[in-house]
Amino acid sequence: MRVLYFAWLRERIGKSSEELELPEEVDTPRALINWLRTLGPGYAAAFSDEKPVRCAIDQEFQPLDAPLGRPKEIGFFPPVTGG
Amino acid sequence: MRLVAVQEEDFDAGALLARLGGEGTGGVASFTGIVRQVAGGGLKALRLEHYPGMTEKALERLADEAQTRWELTGCIIIHRVGRLEPGQNIVFAAAASAHRGDALAATAYLIDQLKTRAPFWKAEDMADGATHWVEAREADDETAAAWGQVPEDR
Repeated sequence: MRVLYFAWLRERIGKSSEELELPEEVDTPRALINWLRTLGPGYAAAFSDEKPVRCAIDQEFQPLDAPLGRPKEIGFFPPVTGG
Repeated sequence: MRLVAVQEEDFDAGALLARLGGEGTGGVASFTGIVRQVAGGGLKALRLEHYPGMTEKALERLADEAQTRWELTGCIIIHRVGRLEPGQNIVFAAAASAHRGDALAATAYLIDQLKTRAPFWKAEDMADGATHWVEAREADDETAAAWGQVPEDR
């Protein structure tokens, strides 16, 4: 699965996207965040607090407790600030 | 006439407005967003990041919704990305209709929704070298939500 990071999440993790094989028990974006935290200090820093973290599954905004399924991609980012 | 674009280049609001005129159109409304200097000065530039692919889909959806809610003869959304200095254009939303009410309401809808439902992020590069990500405003969420749900069909 392709995992993408934006804004300060991208800066803290140090990359904008990567292909990851997820463990089977990862069934929501929140569970994915918990797993990502174990991958290294950059991830732990990016996801130290999940309150300001939003996500999109296959480019659709979804709550962190939405069923994850096995989408093509998931993006993590802070609340949007366009306009 | 419908146009949705995410681009680094500037846009010409006058030329875009001219494209919205035409038979059946009685009025054109628009909003041009400009990079504002922060209070006390010191903002060197904004950096606009977005989620390529998702952004275009989100903006197309907003245009669809506006065209569903109101009788429009045209609709434009353009959002710039990359490095933008104070005073430069950042966003353009416009709607054309037979009558002013639909054009004005649709324009307000587009810009209100765009602020909370399109994946853009702003970072501020300050003249003193500091850089920080702009935080989302709760008031923007409330303004967007005040429009209510989009009807299935009109």
